[in-house]
Amino acid sequence: METTAVKPQFSEAAQAEIKRLLTHYPDDRRKSALLPVLHIAQAEFGGWVSPEVQDLVAEVLDIKPIEVYEVATFYTMFNLKPVGKHVLEICRTGPCMLRGSDELTAHLERITGAKVGGPASADGLFTLKEVECLAACGFAPIVQVREKYYEQLDTPEAVDAMLTELRNQVHRPALPWEETGLPNALANN
Amino acid sequence: MGRKLLTEHINVEGINTFEVYRKHGGYRSVEKALKTMTPDEVVEEVKKSGLRGRGGAGFPTGMKWSFLAKPEGVPRYLVCNADESEPGTFKDRQLMSKLPHLLIEGMITSSYALGANTSYIYIRGELLYVLRILEKAIAEAYAAGFLGKNILGSGYDLDLHVHPGGGAYICGEETALLESLEGKRGNPRNKPPFPAVQGLYARPTVVNNVESIAAVPVIVNEGGDEYAKIGVGRSTGTKLISACGHLNKPGIYEIELGLPVEEFIYSDEYCGGIWKGRELKAVVAGGSSVPILPKELILKTAAGEKRLMTYESLSDGGFVTGTMLGSGGFIAMDETTCIVRNTWNFSRFYHHESCGQCSPCREGTGWMEKVLHRLEHGHGHMEDIDLLVSVAKQIEGNTICPLGEAAAWPVAAAVRHFRHEFEWHVTHAKEAAQPGAVYRANAVLV
Repeated sequence: METTAVKPQFSEAAQAEIKRLLTHYPDDRRKSALLPVLHIAQAEFGGWVSPEVQDLVAEVLDIKPIEVYEVATFYTMFNLKPVGKHVLEICRTGPCMLRGSDELTAHLERITGAKVGGPASADGLFTLKEVECLAACGFAPIVQVREKYYEQLDTPEAVDAMLTELRNQVHRPALPWEETGLPNALANN
Repeated sequence: MGRKLLTEHINVEGINTFEVYRKHGGYRSVEKALKTMTPDEVVEEVKKSGLRGRGGAGFPTGMKWSFLAKPEGVPRYLVCNADESEPGTFKDRQLMSKLPHLLIEGMITSSYALGANTSYIYIRGELLYVLRILEKAIAEAYAAGFLGKNILGSGYDLDLHVHPGGGAYICGEETALLESLEGKRGNPRNKPPFPAVQGLYARPTVVNNVESIAAVPVIVNEGGDEYAKIGVGRSTGTKLISACGHLNKPGIYEIELGLPVEEFIYSDEYCGGIWKGRELKAVVAGGSSVPILPKELILKTAAGEKRLMTYESLSDGGFVTGTMLGSGGFIAMDETTCIVRNTWNFSRFYHHESCGQCSPCREGTGWMEKVLHRLEHGHGHMEDIDLLVSVAKQIEGNTICPLGEAAAWPVAAAVRHFRHEFEWHVTHAKEAAQPGAVYRANAVLV
């Protein structure tokens, strides 16, 4: 894909992790690592996978770009547009609805100023996204932010605690393969 | 108090570490199987146990294992289905995050039985934090010599890897899962060939749910016959039930199959009754795909017998008056629940999750969502109710994978048991469209 932007590169830590992941599959099945590598890419490049980042993933796995595009657009966890610093994924499915997810969504829209499915809040902090069942129905209603589940968000206090925690996060939490320091792309996140 | 075969030690401090898990009898089944049993003997015990797939289908695990093709010189795989996504179901997440070594132990013993030297745990992408827990535990198991080359000096080799999905309910269908593991879109495959013959990388593959695999250690340790003594009839052993919705004590409960549904809902040992002192209205007993039942039919069968938590008792009466145990995702709804709204919510889910491969499912789920949306929002017509049933019927049986049925059944059952409520949404469209409005025996509750 033609672009004038600087070509993205994986950090050294991410490259090492990708190398490790590739040992999980037969040598002639590098494509198997596509979903795990897309997760790494999303964590590295500001919470979304741009066309340039998808091209990079294709290059790393030695597959055609279209093979990445068709997968990135199929799986709902991959954000295809820029997002705010924190993406709040609100579960909207039955069991969460029974315990107040509609009210939670309305509450989050009010206090963040962002709209579900719309751009990030004006301060760039929060993107709101409704998702389907997160498999934590007994602790409903639930919001997922990156790898963390915030559960039983049925009081304003619980929601405030979550938002305060997120507001105080300067960088996203480091991932296990980011041993020391923070990878290059975190400055963008 | 029933026996806890899987979760007895779930609250022990540090049970997520190899050391503590081992101290509580962990990995004994690996020692027993690898040192004293042939792979076929392990399969035989699982057959004798009567264990049935805990992901939802309830197919006998031992029989599934015996279908695995074993051509000479071709690698075969065991893949654990940890893509837990059925609304109402959250048992595997709890099991894996608290007892990672139980799943790993089950994977080793089961892989040995099947002759697999590489196995995968396919976990839904949202559970990356659980993937981290599993990877840490797997590293511990390698370090202790329970994974890798020549496990416990037996000559048996096994590598075990965890693979994340990307957010797609359909990948819980086993052939979609395998496509996804190969790095593709999660489109279910046409069958035959079945995974047992051509699965991952077109090689023989068994796909089993987390809870099924986690039951293998106790079956090997105590013997299939002992395991089969627990339960009722062809529903043997214990089952993890994910209890959610309007219950006083939602959560995960390991029950002996055969427990009366009424006891499960109302006893303080289990869910402790309906919250806020309200009445129970309806239950979806086995994950969102199974037919919803009104209170009267979930507590007792149409013949007036006590309904039990077993595969057979819950399906007594077929889909006319019964349902399914399914995945054990037990969703309770109190008297303030609007069935039309809830059915619309589930239809939206299936429409969102349809992979789009088969027209009846891709189009039909969209139609059902649309029609339910207009009924719920006060724009429905009387004909819409039969239209829903008609669309559901046209999806059923006409798709490559069971997502079609999973989408059709909840709608058909809701209309079957709550037709008055749908009609009220047409005759009292304005009231019905009010937020929180609920049909209740000819009265509006707002």
